[in-house]
Amino acid sequence: MSGGVIGFEAVTVTYEAAPAPVLRDFSLTVEEGELCLVAGRTGVGKSTVLGAINGLVPHFTGGRLAGRVTVAGLDTRTAPPRELAHVVGVVGQDPLSGFVTDTVEDELAYTMEQLAVPPAAMRKRVEETLDLLGVAELRRRPLRTLSGGQQQRVAIGAALTAHPAVLVLDEPTSALDPTAAEDVLAAITRLVHDLGTTVVLAEHRLERVVQYTDRLVLLTGSGTAVSGAPADVLVDSPVAPPVVELGRLAGWAPLPLSVRDARRRAAPLRSALEGAVPPVPPDPAGMPVLTARDVVVRYGVVLAVREVDLDLPAGEVMALMGRNGSGKSSLLWALQGTGARQSGSVSVGGVDPAQVPPHQARGHVGLVPQTPSDLLYLDTVGAECAQADAESEAVPGHCRALLDQLVPGIPDDHHPRDLSEGQRLALVLAIQLAAAPAVVLLDEPTRGLDYPGKARLRELVRALAADGRAVVLATHDVEFAAAAADRVMVMAEGEVIADGRTAEVLVASPAFAPQVAKVLAPQPWLTVDQVAQALTGARA
Amino acid sequence: MSRLPRSLHPGAWWLWALGLATAASRTTNPLLLALIIAVAGLVVASRRGDAPWAFAFKFYLWAGVIVALSRVLFRVLFGGGDTGHVILWLPEIPLPGSFAGIHLLGPVSAEYLLAGLYDGMRLAAMLICVGAANALADPKRMLKAVPGALYEVGTAVVVALSVAPQLVESVLRVRRARRLRGGRQRGLRALRGIAMPVLVDALDRSLALAAAMDSRGYGRGSGATRPVRLGTGALLIAGLLGICVGVYGLLDGTSPGWLGLPMLLLGLLVAGFGLPLAGRRVRRSVYRPDPWRLTETLVAASGLLPAAVLVLTARVDPGNLYPSLDPLGWPGLPLGATLAVLVALVPAWLAPPPVSVLSPARAVAA
Repeated sequence: MSGGVIGFEAVTVTYEAAPAPVLRDFSLTVEEGELCLVAGRTGVGKSTVLGAINGLVPHFTGGRLAGRVTVAGLDTRTAPPRELAHVVGVVGQDPLSGFVTDTVEDELAYTMEQLAVPPAAMRKRVEETLDLLGVAELRRRPLRTLSGGQQQRVAIGAALTAHPAVLVLDEPTSALDPTAAEDVLAAITRLVHDLGTTVVLAEHRLERVVQYTDRLVLLTGSGTAVSGAPADVLVDSPVAPPVVELGRLAGWAPLPLSVRDARRRAAPLRSALEGAVPPVPPDPAGMPVLTARDVVVRYGVVLAVREVDLDLPAGEVMALMGRNGSGKSSLLWALQGTGARQSGSVSVGGVDPAQVPPHQARGHVGLVPQTPSDLLYLDTVGAECAQADAESEAVPGHCRALLDQLVPGIPDDHHPRDLSEGQRLALVLAIQLAAAPAVVLLDEPTRGLDYPGKARLRELVRALAADGRAVVLATHDVEFAAAAADRVMVMAEGEVIADGRTAEVLVASPAFAPQVAKVLAPQPWLTVDQVAQALTGARA
Repeated sequence: MSRLPRSLHPGAWWLWALGLATAASRTTNPLLLALIIAVAGLVVASRRGDAPWAFAFKFYLWAGVIVALSRVLFRVLFGGGDTGHVILWLPEIPLPGSFAGIHLLGPVSAEYLLAGLYDGMRLAAMLICVGAANALADPKRMLKAVPGALYEVGTAVVVALSVAPQLVESVLRVRRARRLRGGRQRGLRALRGIAMPVLVDALDRSLALAAAMDSRGYGRGSGATRPVRLGTGALLIAGLLGICVGVYGLLDGTSPGWLGLPMLLLGLLVAGFGLPLAGRRVRRSVYRPDPWRLTETLVAASGLLPAAVLVLTARVDPGNLYPSLDPLGWPGLPLGATLAVLVALVPAWLAPPPVSVLSPARAVAA
């Protein structure tokens, strides 16, 4: 035994019908009490690493695993996931789809019931876990009535009650707004510090977790990995949070991992930037393409959108922000004309999209929903494109040409479900753009995208705006909003509480300020790119 | 006997409600039936919690009203009540050809209408009793009380129950998304556009759930051999079928006698062999099992008493339980049966108040 609580020894995983192994000769030792972050681009095998820890790979997923994976001395070759339930707790990406019971308390007790823990011990552990995760007042609530952050904390609690040595989390904050994500991460760090639980987690948004991490495992894409202290590994990583990019730009060593680290070193950078101002996006000169007045959306007794006024000028990208359930999606759907709208008016070039048939409405406003795959139902990418041309009465090949502009090189014969998140988003966007709408609405487009994927999406969105379209992005991702949007609107309880230029709205907000803004405050910089341009401008 | 707020064992409420339903099945006396409905309603009003399922009671009430009214409506629609006191003359519409012999509308007599109403009320009362059980005890909590052998079946039921609302949600979402593409909402071609994403979604969810359950130890350490599993499974299913048929026989007064109690006992016996056998291979514990105390016994008994009294009365002296329609008369209220039904009201005070779901430290104010 090599001493670590988790050991991967020369592990090679090959899925059936895959041309190459996902992991090749992968070795890793995670020591007890570590918080280990698994990072890398989309599709490099992060989920495979996590799944192999409790034997879901290959017992549940299929495929071949060569080499050896041990957890707390048990070999996953001989112990299937259910026999490891007392050693490894697993929390999936979507907590709701992993819930077996329907109330908080029962869910917390479920694993213990399977392990035949005596009732008295069970009762005690449930109470302790309720307190540990701050969900005590929710104990009897049905799980479906909880918010996303609460559900995620209950899912973590349900894995914890069995007192596992290792906790495995797959993107625990990907669906959460910044504040809820903070709550979940605070709970996780508390486990590491107070209980000595070993935590292994995968996360796309490194800016949220990297500062708490003891060991970063960076999967390179060729089946191997680099592992070590985060500041060392991130020196030349293709995925890096803005604060690290800023550190690279300024030549700081070791690299800063948190806003605090960076801020303490940023004084020289701030003085170098003194006098320079970030480029201000030009005020939109164009006439508004979409005008909405007094929009009200109500579901039963719940008021989702409360008398919202909105003008979208051509060529402007607007980010719509706010916590989960603040009415962002309802507003987008109401603007598109498909969603409910109890009163108020929406006009796109004199037409109310809710008053015309759906196939005409999409010619005015195109919406890409939160789950883009809901729009896909055919077997191949080519068939979807052809169908889109038929739906929008465009010349054959139009949608395909759009797709090639967005993301070149997706073969026609691929199944839409085999595409990566980013490719699927591009396909749905191409389908919606085939109808040539003047307004494009994107609901949570950055979900599941890595940093390079987001950079690509940002270019894409800017290109749409440059074509004279108005673009709205509903997003939780402050870094993406800071980089992509000209204007930011923040909603709470269905009302607009802030609306202005990106810099004005984001810099001042504690929850929504991007990392660069926090590091360089009070100077109004938002992104690393802006800083880089200002520095080269100053040198020239 | 402690009166501290707690949730009563769900089995007690179900026995109470089924007892009351059995009593209702043995009479068509509208006064008695109204009394049974009132008793069920009062107990629900004073002892239900604030969980979502507790508010389903009013839907059962409405369902009861609809059942009773539709019985009456059908009687009017298909006519045939020309004997006795005719109160309504409607033009009769004879049907042609192979439907000859069926009349639409026609004269409607008071006796005929009342018979329909009484019958409808009986069905409605039974329905409302079941609704009362659903409102008073989370049906899924019953699964905690099932023996270890039925545990796996129970989990499957819970999962299936939670799949239905998810499926509805997913259909609504995809239908709405389809309009974004300008696609059709109805028809065969639309079906594919809706069914494919919904099925894919459902499949993804069930895989995620299966992985989660596996990771959390479901099905751990069961080393039974195949013949043993098949044997105990067969015993269990046969036993449960017997119990179902027996309960049906008890509730339906017109079925042959051997279909009732004897079948129920036989089913219990067979299941009684199967349960411990199958239970031996399941090693698990139960979190906060509902205890069965004196209160539970009393609540169950207060529902079973009217059942026993009415079943016996129906055998011995059915006169007042099935009020006469010829000659037409105001139904009397048999003293014994009335008192027995009133006993079922006792849980409104006897049962401890339920605990609030929304703020756990408090009892639900009655």
